[in-house]
Amino acid sequence: MSARIRIVPARAKRGEVVEVSILIQHDMETGYRRDDEGRVIPRDCINLLTCRYNGVEVFRADLSSGISANPYLQFYTVAQATGELEFSWIDDLSVQGSARASIAVSE
Amino acid sequence: MKGGGASLLIAALLAAWAYGAAGQERRIPTGELRSGIAFASPEVRAMQADEFSNPGMLWVEKGEKLWSTPAGGRSCADCHGEAGTSMKGAATRYPAIDRASGQLLNLEGRIRQCRSERQGAAAPRYESEELLALTAYVAHQSRGMPIEVAIDGAVRPHFEAGRAFFYRRIGQVNLSCANCHEQNWGRTLLSETITQGHPNAYPIYRIEWQTLGSVEHRLRGCLSAVRAEILPYGAPEYRDLELFLAWRAKGLPVETPGVRR
Repeated sequence: MSARIRIVPARAKRGEVVEVSILIQHDMETGYRRDDEGRVIPRDCINLLTCRYNGVEVFRADLSSGISANPYLQFYTVAQATGELEFSWIDDLSVQGSARASIAVSE
Repeated sequence: MKGGGASLLIAALLAAWAYGAAGQERRIPTGELRSGIAFASPEVRAMQADEFSNPGMLWVEKGEKLWSTPAGGRSCADCHGEAGTSMKGAATRYPAIDRASGQLLNLEGRIRQCRSERQGAAAPRYESEELLALTAYVAHQSRGMPIEVAIDGAVRPHFEAGRAFFYRRIGQVNLSCANCHEQNWGRTLLSETITQGHPNAYPIYRIEWQTLGSVEHRLRGCLSAVRAEILPYGAPEYRDLELFLAWRAKGLPVETPGVRR
């Protein structure tokens, strides 16, 4: 599972609001589709995604079958200190994924 | 009168020659060529233009990793080095004839051939993530460069076969490719604007598919829509048609990875 993260602006001032986006490659299989031979394709969605900023959780989302494949999420947070945003997620087959990005914060 | 007859004959010959040359001319003139993205909604256009939100870039990134990962003993990079230089413009020239085998290969075909014959690995399945990622990565190196396929010499019979396919009515609906993509582009079919049918952004991320797909994947969609027999992946008809489509799109910039609804 690969993912891409974007933080705008990548170099922020302390207290500045930054926009964080993540794009994750995942099928988000709904469980409603069938394969060519008529068998139900088992549901496999990312069901939980969290983002920790220097260890503190700043964002959490419960995802379900209504979310498109390769989900794209965006949220805002306040730049506190230079460090890392660490995303982790888990899907219905208990496969875990993670990705991180660094943020530079000046006084 | 005799002179008049001779000039008539010359005129007829000229007309015949002009007709022959017209066979080389595209029905959609260069000035009216539009990439499929021109018919897309502003949201889809924005999605494609933004390198970050373009989901196709997930495959391009994966392809970049695969490029330097050994498969069957060696990696793509071991022979081709930096894709940024060695693969620049490669996608604009495909489909093309493989000199060794005399076969017409599209980009996917070339990558599969490299994998099986030169790297000694298994040829990746059609529409597999490996093949799509590598194709997207290679084609991405030509982004912005105009399509420029050759249609003369050994390629000619394939080109003619592709052209014949394009203008032949097929399926229970009895439509040819040209009925929509040449005679009615820009008009509305159900909720969609009919495009000119150019292959300049493949592999493409279609929101309908929720994944990346090749030209063949797209052509199967059209075959199904006109209720024609859906040819298996790798069928020579697809490659001939892809060649004709590439020639029709000559001059349009490569957009890989494109995004469409």
